[in-house]
Amino acid sequence: MSHESQAVVNDISKDELVENRPSSLKRWMRLLWRSKTGTVGLIIVVIALLVAIFAPLIAPYQPQEINPVNMLKPPFWMENGSMENILGTDNLGRDIFSRILYGSQISILVGVMSVVVAGFIGVTVGLVSGYFGGIIDNILMRLVDSFLAIPTILFALVILAIFDSGVFTLIIVLGVTNWVNYARLVRGEVLTLKERDYVKAAHSIGVSNFKIIVRHLLPNVISSFIVISTLSVATTIILEASLSFLGLGVQPPTVSWGSILSDGRDYLSTSWWLATFPGIAITITVLGIIFLGDWLRDVLDPRTQK
Amino acid sequence: MQDEKLLVVNNLKKHFDVTKGFFKKDKSYVYAVDGLNFDVKKGEVLGIVGESGCGKSTAGNMIGQLLEPTEGEIIFEGEDLLNLSRSELRKRRADIQMIFQDPFSSLNPRMRVFELIAEPLRTHRKLNKKELRNRVEEMMDLVGLNRAYMNRFPHEFSGGQRQRIGIARAIALNPKLIICDEPVSALDVSIQSQILNLLVKLQKELDLTFIFIAHGLPAVKYISDRIAVMYLGKIVELTTKEKLFEGALHPYTEGLLSAVPIPDPEERTKERHIIEGDIPSPENPPNGCNFHTRCPFAQDICRNEEPEFEEKANGRFAACHFPLNTHLLEKNETVQST
Repeated sequence: MSHESQAVVNDISKDELVENRPSSLKRWMRLLWRSKTGTVGLIIVVIALLVAIFAPLIAPYQPQEINPVNMLKPPFWMENGSMENILGTDNLGRDIFSRILYGSQISILVGVMSVVVAGFIGVTVGLVSGYFGGIIDNILMRLVDSFLAIPTILFALVILAIFDSGVFTLIIVLGVTNWVNYARLVRGEVLTLKERDYVKAAHSIGVSNFKIIVRHLLPNVISSFIVISTLSVATTIILEASLSFLGLGVQPPTVSWGSILSDGRDYLSTSWWLATFPGIAITITVLGIIFLGDWLRDVLDPRTQK
Repeated sequence: MQDEKLLVVNNLKKHFDVTKGFFKKDKSYVYAVDGLNFDVKKGEVLGIVGESGCGKSTAGNMIGQLLEPTEGEIIFEGEDLLNLSRSELRKRRADIQMIFQDPFSSLNPRMRVFELIAEPLRTHRKLNKKELRNRVEEMMDLVGLNRAYMNRFPHEFSGGQRQRIGIARAIALNPKLIICDEPVSALDVSIQSQILNLLVKLQKELDLTFIFIAHGLPAVKYISDRIAVMYLGKIVELTTKEKLFEGALHPYTEGLLSAVPIPDPEERTKERHIIEGDIPSPENPPNGCNFHTRCPFAQDICRNEEPEFEEKANGRFAACHFPLNTHLLEKNETVQST
């Protein structure tokens, strides 16, 4: 009956090669091209990275170079502005443009790396907690609750006050204070995923817990993780700014977008450009990362492939 | 058919704790499976039927080692699965495989067909790349999937094709027992017969042993050698397919039999036993015989005393104080030789 016709189909295809699927790279490029926001995001992120890497080559001045004659000069298109300091200078006569270029190094590094640290801890805790449940889940989730109860800034202040404040400490502190969000998100996802039949099926086959987590659960929680993590790159850059403002982030003469922003705060009413340009830099970069993250989520889902 | 018993299930029970409230004063349980006894012989197909909520899937999941029984024994090839250590059990899992109801949720959407079928092989067999590929191709041929589709993702297939992938996964390890948990009920009617035919073909060709769970008799009738009818966590009747369709002993089975649609209107002369009422809550099963609340023949004894599940005649097991079709009992007693 029906399986006979199937058998015929099989006979025909016996010698046929396995059909060619587009390679991953090609598929990625095509999906990238099709998604306008993805393309924009990628371009922004690439530019931001290039700027960070080549800041010393592009910047016309050293970021900490003080020029008392040129204090608080406005951007070039305004009265008194000149092409020598295209985005103006701050209260010590430092070139804003150069400072933003150099600042991108620290901001992007801290923003991205602390999300990586937070994501690593959070996703691991979430997977373990959600999958094993029971006592393990209870202990881990109470730990998460206690972390949620501690104000992030306060916690960061304490840690940074104890340890040397440097870029590395900053990354660890921001990572350790932010992992709880990922842990809760991932745990929630895992709770629904582990009831799916394919997880049960893997169980009945005898696949080990570790492999079930890595092969069946992790790939299916990655997309929501990416969405949240790209958003939190933004908050982390801001958080780094607040810590720098409190004097516990990166220490002068190192610059970050956050520190430029907070330096300019006092002059907001008279010289708006001090704080506005680093703010714009943060906004654009964050937007780029979010766009890229959205696209990445689509790419990682095989169902969007056509 | 060999008479060797592959699987023996003794007094299998699963009670789910559904105690509500924080202080847990009154413990309450759902008696999902409440004492199952049956065996499965090598090379046979045992069908399990019953309406939704009767515990048939729970029983399947317990035998497939996805749920831990509250009580009872599951003896597989003389070994009680519940006494095995974790690592022994993991090895044993290669011998007992499952086919799931919903082919849309039983395949990981992020794995390609090759990876899906290779997963059981990777877990239990040490094969090199070429052997693995050959085996996967062999399985795809066997279940009637085009080899060319090896690199596709599950969402690119229809329900029937997905179920074929599920079947290929289940047979890849040459298991001794396959538990089919309503493998066709999620499929289109037109596809159901294809998948049933495939299962029958594979069972014969590979000499497989199936436990085939379904909620209606037609599918089970087609594939099974023996049929167990479950009601509210218990088996009410167990016998060979032929004997069951000859006439039922238990009134519930009778009801199921007459619920099977008859395509030819001319033949619809037989009086129908329609079971009335709803299945009682398994949280609070009735006293005595589970079925007495809906049984048209219930007497006082049924309300107070639980009937034994016993052999009423050669090869016919039932749990009923007043079995129907008693003429069959006598007739069968004379035909002892079968």
